[in-house]
Amino acid sequence: MTLNSLELLAFALIGIALLLGLLRMLLGPGAADRIVAADVLSVTATAGIAGFAVFFATPLYLDIALVFGVLAFVFVVAIARTIEANRGDEEGDSA
Amino acid sequence: MRLIADLFLLLGAAFLALGALGVLRMPDVYNRIQAGTKSTTLGAVCFLIGVGLLHPAWWAKVVCIAGFILFTSPVGSSTIARALFLVGVRPWTAPSEAGAGKQGAERQITADAPADAIGTAPEQAGS
Repeated sequence: MTLNSLELLAFALIGIALLLGLLRMLLGPGAADRIVAADVLSVTATAGIAGFAVFFATPLYLDIALVFGVLAFVFVVAIARTIEANRGDEEGDSA
Repeated sequence: MRLIADLFLLLGAAFLALGALGVLRMPDVYNRIQAGTKSTTLGAVCFLIGVGLLHPAWWAKVVCIAGFILFTSPVGSSTIARALFLVGVRPWTAPSEAGAGKQGAERQITADAPADAIGTAPEQAGS
């Protein structure tokens, strides 16, 4: 099964999405913008790895996409909990 | 069948690109969370539907990945938004209505400490 032009266009659009998210991650003016960019990039990269499965025509990359999605979710929740824990340390548990 | 799969792939990739463009262009952290998470979730699920239509033998793993994205992406984004709100990142207000009363009233809804270090200051490291 060879790829036609519509599929190559879809892969190019995912590459553009990764580049735009990476640009926001590079020039985001704070840590919060970078975390949001990392969240968006993780979901985009999960779809991109599923696109690799189509591109190389092996279903092995779908397992990689699933494990990557799980680890990205754990990463995002851990970073958010770290922000909340720092807030509790600085202000002395006001809430 | 292949044309339908290609259309789903193209629709999903277009939504992913538009979500990344929204993350790049929106003025605030909360607007970036909205624009990024919603359209990115829809784009990823459409792209995975396209993959499943293109290779019908892979449907079990594709459904697993799509269900996992549908479950975890809103949870992750709302966790980020809750953490930023509790830290004290203020929501963005339009610069045209920079008058005294309304903006002051909108700033009262935030958390008690204006800790601007996470949100907008460029020299934030980890303090």
